[in-house]
Amino acid sequence: MSSQAGFELGKANLDVFAETLLALAKDDRNVLVVTSDSRGSGKLTPFAAALPDQIVEVGIAEQNLVGVAAGLASTGKIVYAVSPASFLTARSLEQIKNDVCYSDHPVKLIGISAGVSYGALGSTHHSIHDIAALRAIHNCTIIVPADNLETAEAIKASAEMSHPVFIRFGKRPMPHVHGPGTALEVGKALLVHEGNDVAFIAAGETVVHALLAARDMEKEGISARVISMHTIKPLDRQAVILAAEECRAIVTVEEHSCAGGLGEACAAVLMQAGLHVPFRIVGFPDEDTVTGSQLEIFAHYGISAQGLAHTAMTLLDSAEEARQL
Amino acid sequence: MTDAELKIKSIQYRIRLLKYIKKAGAGHTGGSLSCVDILNVLYNRILTVSPGNFTDPARDRYVQSKGHSVEALYVVLADKGFFPESDLETLGRRQSPYVGHPTRKIHGIEHNTGALGHGLAFSVGVALAGKRDHAGYRVYTLLGDGELAEGSNWEAMLTAAHYRLDNLTAIVDRNQLQISGRTEDVCGLECLVTKFEAFGWAVRSVDGHDVAALADVLGSIPFEPGKPSVVIAKTVKGKGVSFMENEARWHHGVPSDQQYEQAQQELEALLREVKA
Repeated sequence: MSSQAGFELGKANLDVFAETLLALAKDDRNVLVVTSDSRGSGKLTPFAAALPDQIVEVGIAEQNLVGVAAGLASTGKIVYAVSPASFLTARSLEQIKNDVCYSDHPVKLIGISAGVSYGALGSTHHSIHDIAALRAIHNCTIIVPADNLETAEAIKASAEMSHPVFIRFGKRPMPHVHGPGTALEVGKALLVHEGNDVAFIAAGETVVHALLAARDMEKEGISARVISMHTIKPLDRQAVILAAEECRAIVTVEEHSCAGGLGEACAAVLMQAGLHVPFRIVGFPDEDTVTGSQLEIFAHYGISAQGLAHTAMTLLDSAEEARQL
Repeated sequence: MTDAELKIKSIQYRIRLLKYIKKAGAGHTGGSLSCVDILNVLYNRILTVSPGNFTDPARDRYVQSKGHSVEALYVVLADKGFFPESDLETLGRRQSPYVGHPTRKIHGIEHNTGALGHGLAFSVGVALAGKRDHAGYRVYTLLGDGELAEGSNWEAMLTAAHYRLDNLTAIVDRNQLQISGRTEDVCGLECLVTKFEAFGWAVRSVDGHDVAALADVLGSIPFEPGKPSVVIAKTVKGKGVSFMENEARWHHGVPSDQQYEQAQQELEALLREVKA
């Protein structure tokens, strides 16, 4: 964690999810959680002990998990379907598409251990396709919280949502990137660090690395903006356009394949707005993803303070060279 | 509604669903004809659901997992007053909400289906909510027999038995045909009764075109307290039209003008006979 020095370390977003959900469920008996033998990995054992009538276990059957959750939600229950993101969004993709989104039953789909949280377990357990898959499905809000505050706010907001939502996060303790009292509005990006030379538009557990890169670059006299784009869909188009208008380059950062995720969503906004700005997508390339811890995989693909600062500086340098030609 | 009136309804529904399939130039003819007696008995004898109480949390639920036979459902819902039957003139047309599978855009439909193997898990969720809330409603799900090859059904069956959902009833439209041919040739299902029993369900078999027998069976649910119920309804694909019966090619076949005339003449003759 040395690379994250300077930030107070919080809990895992997973723990914050479980605590927030338990508090919501204690206040409202209509809040239900559905698990596919995932109560342990979802940190929901205390929930099951405290509120046994508000947990539904379906066994290792993710298609069933989502179908049953849709049925429960259709009766007015506030339903959280919790499973590792890799299985939730691949094994049960058709249930998400038809039973939840197309049918518009407002299930809260919770993808735990998302991205490369299960980094050493291999690609079966990586979830780096989920955002691309769900972006292409109508009627699904997608939220990727950066820290404990964003996670708690997103879970609380989801309880009030009358349409489907997918929220995904990891299981490693996360540094706080926001001060206490920061309010999260779904669909509205949060500015984490001011800057006008380059903008990092980052999502989820990569945001802190962009923030560290910005602090390092500051010492070199480069000012970097850091935006936490917690809501991937609907995307805060205005924040992307402002970044292009006010900064000389944009680097997007995500714990996801470079195909179909945050980076391509931002690129589409910029191209269609007629804004041409030096642009890089940092994520996982189209290859057999390396394995290791989440941080090791991040570092391998340049999602680190050093890697992101290097990408940003190189992009700014090449843009400057092009301008002088 | 009396058994005699139910018999008349069944023929009228067949006449109408063929009319709208012919007009649209598309539809799932064989399966709609095989399941329409089941829908007739459910909506006219069993379900506590009507246009007036469709948003009442206490209503019974009907979920058509074999969504492709939507034409049968459309004519029954129209007959029950959920929407004017004239709406069905738009079936399959550009921007019509009356598409080839059920959607919640249509008054009276609980869940969007069409991809197979989805209705039962959804129904398990509805039934489970009913149990947890001590609500008295019941949930009925119509499954195709070919559809049972989808593994998601068997996941849902395990859950239904695990939670002792005796407020849930599955009805299998056992017409023994699917798009490619006989179910037993495509991917054998038998012995279906034994399989459901092994999964913890209480099973009854019935002639799926005998409305009186269907009403008796569906009126005696749950078959065993603490167990979900399943009715294996033995049916004939294409039932009621001589040249369509037991022919897989009528799965989504649309009759020619001549075939349509013949089909309607056969059904009208049957209607006169039943009324007499």
